[in-house]
Amino acid sequence: MGNRDAWRSFTAGEWQESVDVAGFIQLNYRPYEGDESFLSGPTVRTEELLGQITELLCRERAAGGVLDIATDEVTTVAAFAPGYIDAERELIVGLQTDRPLKRAVNPFGGMRMAKQACEAYGYRLSERVEEAFRFRTTHNDGVFRVYTAAMKDARRCGVITGLPDAYGRGRIIGDYRRVALYGVDRLIAGKQEDTARLSRQPLTESVIRKLEELHVQVHALEALKQMAAGYGHDIGGPATNAEEAVQWLYFAYLGALKEANGAAMSLGRVSTFLDIYIERDMAEGVLDESGAQELVDDLVLKLRIARQLRTPDYDELFAGDPLWITEAIGGMGQDGRTLVTRTSFRFLHTLTNLGSAPEPNMTVLWAETLPEPFKRYCARLSVATDAIQYENDDLMRRDYGDDYSIACCVSAMRVGKEMQFFGARCNLPKALLMALNGGRDEISGAQVGPETDPIKGPFLDYEEVMQRFDDYLEWLCELYVNTMNVIHFMHDKYAYESLQMSLHDTQVRRYMAFGIAGLSVVADSLSAIAHARVGVVRDDRGLITDFYSNRDFPAFGNDDDRADSIAVDVVQRFLAKLKRHATYRGAEPTLSILTITSNVVYGKKTGSTPDGRHIGEPFAPGANPMHNRDEHGALASLNSVAKIPYACCRDGISCTVTMPPNTLGSSEEARVDNLVGVLDGYFSQKAHHLNVNVLSQEQLRAAMEHPELYPNLTVRVSGYAVNFHRLSREQQEEVISRTFHGRL
Amino acid sequence: MPVIGKVHSVESLGAVDGPGLRCVVFLQGCPMRCRYCHNPDMWDPGLGHEMDSAEVVHRVLRLRPYFRSSGGLTLSGGEPLMQAPFALEILRGCKQAGIHTALDTCGFYLDADVEECLRHTDLVLLDVKHSDPDRHKALTGHHMDRVLRFIEVLKQTGTAVWVRHVVVPGWTDREEDLRALLRMVAGLPGLQRVELLPYHSMARDKWEALGVPYPLGDVEPPEDELMARLRAVVAATIPAGG
Repeated sequence: MGNRDAWRSFTAGEWQESVDVAGFIQLNYRPYEGDESFLSGPTVRTEELLGQITELLCRERAAGGVLDIATDEVTTVAAFAPGYIDAERELIVGLQTDRPLKRAVNPFGGMRMAKQACEAYGYRLSERVEEAFRFRTTHNDGVFRVYTAAMKDARRCGVITGLPDAYGRGRIIGDYRRVALYGVDRLIAGKQEDTARLSRQPLTESVIRKLEELHVQVHALEALKQMAAGYGHDIGGPATNAEEAVQWLYFAYLGALKEANGAAMSLGRVSTFLDIYIERDMAEGVLDESGAQELVDDLVLKLRIARQLRTPDYDELFAGDPLWITEAIGGMGQDGRTLVTRTSFRFLHTLTNLGSAPEPNMTVLWAETLPEPFKRYCARLSVATDAIQYENDDLMRRDYGDDYSIACCVSAMRVGKEMQFFGARCNLPKALLMALNGGRDEISGAQVGPETDPIKGPFLDYEEVMQRFDDYLEWLCELYVNTMNVIHFMHDKYAYESLQMSLHDTQVRRYMAFGIAGLSVVADSLSAIAHARVGVVRDDRGLITDFYSNRDFPAFGNDDDRADSIAVDVVQRFLAKLKRHATYRGAEPTLSILTITSNVVYGKKTGSTPDGRHIGEPFAPGANPMHNRDEHGALASLNSVAKIPYACCRDGISCTVTMPPNTLGSSEEARVDNLVGVLDGYFSQKAHHLNVNVLSQEQLRAAMEHPELYPNLTVRVSGYAVNFHRLSREQQEEVISRTFHGRL
Repeated sequence: MPVIGKVHSVESLGAVDGPGLRCVVFLQGCPMRCRYCHNPDMWDPGLGHEMDSAEVVHRVLRLRPYFRSSGGLTLSGGEPLMQAPFALEILRGCKQAGIHTALDTCGFYLDADVEECLRHTDLVLLDVKHSDPDRHKALTGHHMDRVLRFIEVLKQTGTAVWVRHVVVPGWTDREEDLRALLRMVAGLPGLQRVELLPYHSMARDKWEALGVPYPLGDVEPPEDELMARLRAVVAATIPAGG
C-alpha cells in the first residue's frame, strides 16, 4: 500500500520529505480543551482480556514474582515464536516470548547476572545459551577489563554505586512513532542514505564506529519487520488506520524491549500522535469512542505485562520490578496551542478502565496554561489512584522544544534526536564522611579516596569541613566521569541498542547523566556544622563514626534559606566539577537528584552523619527533605525543593509528596481544586517534578498487614510508581516512615 | 512595627480551615479548656517559640503562588486573639500584601485590639462550642457571655463568617441544641456557612503527653448517619448550608 493512501487526508508538509514526526503532529493534531465526559468505559472484550491478565498476574505473584523463564533461547528482536494471551480477543498483538509473562534471558549485559537471575527463581540457564556466549564478550566483561582499582574501590564501598555495568543502561527512547508514520522500509532507506553519505568522509575512528552502528541498525529494522511478519503484519509500509498505528508503534516498542534489557524503557510521547489517526478514523466513520478507547486499553494492557529478568540485588535498587514505560502526556506546543488531545485523556482513563497500576508510568507535562478541565481530570485521578507524576513543561519546553519525552522518571530528551548515557548516582553523604576521615571508608576503614590527615579536634569547623569536602568532590567527580566513560564505551561496543538507535536520527545528541543521592542529608549535615556546634565521636581505628550537636539547626525542607542555600550550593559545585572532565563521545554532562528506591541501599552503606541520621538509616528519596524534618507542612517543603535550580540539574529533580486525603480538602471537589493549586503554585516557582500520593499512613499499614485487601495499591516512590506489595518489607517501612503532610 | 509573639507552628498546607489552600499559623495559648480539644499542647501561653510578626508575614507571602483566587492566611491556635497585638500585625501585614485573611477564633476576647484585628480580617471562622450556657461552661470551663458579645460585634462589622461547631456524641449531638445554636448566629449579616465537624479522638495521645487525663474517656466519633442528620438540620435553616 503506498504512502499516498496511508497518509490520505493528512496535511502535507516537510514531514513527508524527511523523517519529522514533530512536524507531522504540529500540522495534523487537534487540541482538546474540554473535559472527560466523552470517555468510554471498558468493552466486554477488554474486560475479558483484563480478567485473563489479572489471573496471570496472580499466578506470577504466587510463583514468587517470576512466572516462567525461557532458558534456552537468547532474546533478540526477532527471537521467539509469536505469543498471545488470547488470540481471539487481542486487538493489538505481540509478546516478548511465546507466552505471556514468560521472561526472556538477555546475557548481552553480563552472563553472570543472567545466570544468577535464572537461579534466583529456581531455573537453570541452558548449556546451549552458555555455550553460545563462551567466546563472546559481554558489556560486563568489557567494563571489568578496564575498570581501575580506584573505580572498583569506589564501587565496592558504595560512594558511587548502582552503575549500569552489569545491567542494561536503558534511558534510551526510540521514536517508535516513526514506524507507524513511515513504515520500516522507508526508515531502512534513510539509514542507507546516511551510510552512503558517511562513507564519503575520511574514515576516522568515529566515522567507522558510526558506520558499523548504522549497519546493525539496519539489521535491527529488518529483524523488526520479520518479527511483525510472524504475527501476520507487514510493517514495511506506513500504518493506514488507528489500529495499525497502535500496532506498528507497539511492535517497535516490543522489538526494543526484546533487544535491550534497559533499566528504564520509556514509551515516549505517543498519545497525541495516535490521536491524529483516531480522529481520522472517526471522521471516516470507521471508529467510535468505545473503539478508540479499546485500542488504548489494549495497548496499555500489553505494557502492563512487559517484563525483564533481573536479580534480587537489582530489585534492591529498583524495587517492584519496574520498567519505567514512561509516557509523557499533555504539555503545550511552542505555538501556544495545548498538546492535550482526547487521546491524552484516553491514556489516563486506562487507570479507571483497567484499575490503578504502576505501568505505564503516566507522566503529565504540566504547564500554567494547560486547559483547566485537563488539570482537574489529572488531579482527580491522582487523588483516586496515586499513579501519576507531574513535570514542569514550561521549564523543559525552553530547553527541549515541544516534542521531548521523559526517560525513566525525570530525564527529558528530544524524541529521536537525543539520548543519554545513564550514570546512576554518587553518594554525597558518604563523600562527606570520607572527607572528614582522610579518604577512608567510615564503615570498613579502607582507604578509598586520596589519603590526607583526618580532621582533628573534638568539634567540626564549617570552613575547614567545606574545604575538605570540596577537595574530595574534586577527586570524586573525576573518578565518576572516568567510570562512566568506561561503562558507556563498553555498552556501545558490546550491548548496543541497535533498534532503539535506528529510531533516532543518525546525528544524535548525547547527554551523560550523573546523579546525586542524599542531597538533603548533606545539606542538613552542613547546616548542622554551620549553625550548631557539632562534636565528633572517634572509634579505636581513629575513624569519626558518630556526631552530636548542642542544638537545633535549620533543616532543608522548611523554606529556610539558611539550609536551602547549602543544598543549592552543593549541586552547583558538583556540576561545575563534573564539567571539567572529558566525556565519552562528547556527551554533555547533566545531573539528576533522583534515587528510585536506592535511597534505602545507599543509607545502609553509609555511616552516621552530622545531621543526626544514624548509621544504616535510609536517605530521603530524590530531592526530598529528610523524613519528618520538614516541619512547616507540605508547601514549605516544596518551596525548598523548588529552589534547586533546574539549570544545574537538567536530568531532573525528583520530589515525592504524600498527603492524607482529609488534609488535602474536606470533599473530593476541594481535594481536586487544592491539588491543582499545589501543582500550579509549585511549578510556577520553576520546580521540576512532583510525585503525588494522596493516602494515609494508616492505609499503608493496613496494606502491609492485609495485602490481600489492597491488591492494586499503587504508591509513587521516586519518579515511578510501584505496586506496594512488590516492595520489600524494609522498603515498605521506609515509605511509611516518610513525612505524611497531615496534622490532627 | 513588628511585634514578637508566641507561635506553636506554621502549617503551609492548610486545606480545611477556610477556602482554598491556606497557610495556617497556630498561635500559642488558649483560655478555653474544651474537653474535646485536639490541640491541648497549645494551651499554655508560656510555650511555643518566639517569632517576629514580620517573619510570620514573610512565611505567608512565600506561599502566595499556591493561593490562587481563594486561598490565604488562616490565623488559628490556641486562641489567636489571646495575643491580639501580635495577631493584628500579622493580619495587617498580610492584608497590605493583598492576601486573604481568615481568623479562627472562639470569640472569647474583645477589646480595641481585637476590633482592629477584625478590620483586617476577611473571614472569621467562629468556633461556637455550645448553645446552652450550662453545657457551655461544663464543656469549656467558661461562660458563653463573651461569645455572645463577640457575635454582637460581628453583627455590626458585617464580617464574613463561617460558624464551626464540633459534634461530640453525648455533648453536642442534640438537635435542639443545634437549632438553638443556629438561632444564635442567624442574625449575622456575613454568615456564609455553618460547618459541623465530627469529633475525633486522635488527640488522646497529646493529652496523655501533657499528663492530663483525657476527659472524654472513650467517647467514640459520631456516626456518619448522625452527622448527616445534623447537617440536614443546618441545611434546612441556613441557606448556604453546612
